[in-house]
Amino acid sequence: MLRRDQRRATSDEQRGKDSFSFFILCSSFVLVAFLVAACNSSGSLQIMGEQPRYDPYEASNFYANGMSARPVISDTVTFMQPLTNTLLYEGTVDGELATTFPFAITDAVMQRGQQRYNIYCAPCHGALGNGQGVVAQRGFCCPANFHSDRLRAAPVGHFFDVVTYGFGRMPSYGQVIPARDRWAIIAYVRALQLSQHATLDDVPPDQKNKLGNTTP
Amino acid sequence: MAQIFHRSTNTLSRVTIFGAVFIVAGILGAVGIFVRSPYVTREGVPVVQPVPFSHKHHVNDDGIDCRYCHTSVEVSSFAGMPPTETCMNCHSQLFTTSPVLVPVFASARTDMPIQWNRVNQLPDFVYFDHSIHVNKGVGCTTCHGQVDQMPLMMRAASLQMTWCLDCHRDPAKYVRPLDQVFSMTWQPPADQLEAGKKLVTEYHIESKTNCSTCHR
Ligand code: HEC
Ligand code: HEC
Ligand code: HEC
Ligand code: HEC
Ligand code: HEC
Ligand code: HEC
Repeated sequence: MLRRDQRRATSDEQRGKDSFSFFILCSSFVLVAFLVAACNSSGSLQIMGEQPRYDPYEASNFYANGMSARPVISDTVTFMQPLTNTLLYEGTVDGELATTFPFAITDAVMQRGQQRYNIYCAPCHGALGNGQGVVAQRGFCCPANFHSDRLRAAPVGHFFDVVTYGFGRMPSYGQVIPARDRWAIIAYVRALQLSQHATLDDVPPDQKNKLGNTTP
Repeated sequence: MAQIFHRSTNTLSRVTIFGAVFIVAGILGAVGIFVRSPYVTREGVPVVQPVPFSHKHHVNDDGIDCRYCHTSVEVSSFAGMPPTETCMNCHSQLFTTSPVLVPVFASARTDMPIQWNRVNQLPDFVYFDHSIHVNKGVGCTTCHGQVDQMPLMMRAASLQMTWCLDCHRDPAKYVRPLDQVFSMTWQPPADQLEAGKKLVTEYHIESKTNCSTCHR
């Protein structure tokens, strides 16, 4: 049995020991912090500017081809792509090339089509669609001239098929241009075809006088 | 007791104490200039690539739009790098015997990607997004310079935080009409500040200087 003052002496001693171990604990934390900092400069721990994750297309030695991203497996479809909508995604209706557009062609669609055409098609087919783009002039053989009777008569589904899967020497753009944009481009190609094949009868009567007196 | 130091040392000591301020300021200034110098920021230093791909030829001489190759720049944080197939769209026929294109053909044959060296790179603790800038009227040339004049790609801006903030504090200084974003010839008009202010209201551009905008 301990007397009361004895007991207090013991706990005082205990408290002294406690604060000593607290001191040890703190200093070891500081020591570890210093060690961590030292390791950091040698690159073994994370550095904020170079975090252990891959940026898009960052190299990786995990896969044989040195890429961190996996290639898209062929015939992959867009998430939630309705496979039954063959008109929008394949340009076909019941296995036949489509003759109609899958959505209404508004002014906005036409503007979009013009912009996308000038990005993706004009380098080869030319801004007019006559097959005389800059790349063709540099020696790329024979981008089609859209102003032939055959292509004027071809259904829109044929154009969609050509753009999506390529045709002869023409590369495919199905991976690059989303389906709706492909349709917008085709609408614009149709407009180009009209623009180079218009007759006087296509001019609205109230606009005819604007053409001057050179009417044949 | 005899004087140890001559009277003139009084002046000397004053000069040294005073001079020390200048020396310290000078060193700090030199460090400041150094970290902003092209030596550190790599500004204006052409980056050597496995294939000497020239934006000057492809963009300026051939008139190919940025989006033909950097397809995701409008819709994603990442601008997108052209896969080898994109090069082969044209080079399946053009320059097929050129020795500089050998790595491209090797890549197409073996399915191993071409390893381009990064030109612009932010540390991983910074979040950057192309799509918002492009869709709010910040043009490619504002950040990447006259790309169409670069035989080899180089950094046109320091990419330091002050550079981002300079624009984020007052975007009116730099924004342009949306149809000019991809233009290589657009120059700020004489009344850029006023025109910019109008665009800022029209496109609902906010001044984003909160740390969590870029550090998230
Ligand atoms: C890299 C150059 C190049 C680009 C870019 C290009 N084409 Fe072509 N295109 C060609 C060539 C070459 C042909 C001729 C193919 C053949 O007959 O072997 C062709 C043919 C065509 C044809 C005619 C097919 C037929 O029935 O004869 C159409 C339609 C067509 N392209 C549409 C497009 C559209 C739309 C785009 C833009 C999305 C486009 N092309 C982009 C090179 C290109
Ligand atoms: C024919 C394809 C093509 C076209 C068109 C093109 N680029 Fe590039 N771009 C590349 C390739 C390939 C690289 C990588 C090699 C290099 O850095 O030079 C690249 C790299 C870049 C880089 C540097 C990327 C990095 O590592 O930081 C920038 C910036 C860039 N392009 C901007 C543009 C702009 C702006 C345009 C339009 C004016 C454009 N590019 C048009 C193919 C293209
Ligand atoms: C739209 C067509 C097109 C695409 C896509 C394209 N090139 Fe070219 N490339 C050309 C043309 C045209 C030339 C000739 C340049 C000239 O003399 O104006 C050329 C020339 C070159 C040259 C020869 C050196 C030079 O600059 O004159 C290299 C190297 C080259 N391209 C690399 C590439 C690489 C790498 C890619 C893929 C990222 C690519 N090209 C994509 C059309 C293209
Ligand atoms: C607000 C400034 C800014 C604008 C505008 C801008 N870029 Fe960039 N770009 C950057 C920065 C910053 C990086 C480096 C991004 C990183 O390291 O994550 C970059 C990187 C790139 C890259 C390398 C790939 C990537 O995304 O990291 C390409 C290619 C590129 N830009 C092309 C373009 C094109 C094309 C345009 C015009 C449509 C454009 N940029 C507009 C600032 C800009
Ligand atoms: C030339 C002007 C300019 C430069 C340079 C610039 N920005 Fe921006 N940034 C803008 C504009 C304009 C916006 C659109 C603000 C808005 O209205 O939401 C924006 C928006 C952003 C956003 C999107 C904010 C959000 O809420 O999603 C991020 C992230 C961003 N910038 C990062 C950067 C970084 C990082 C840099 C430097 C590497 C940079 N920006 C350089 C003009 C610029
Ligand atoms: C517009 C985008 C943007 C905003 C807003 C922003 N930063 Fe930054 N910050 C950056 C970029 C870009 C870097 C990388 C600079 C470099 O690589 O030199 C950076 C780097 C830093 C660094 C590291 C500095 C270095 O030299 O490594 C710190 C710390 C930092 N930012 C703090 C802040 C704080 C605090 C705020 C808010 C007051 C803030 N940032 C707001 C874009 C931004």
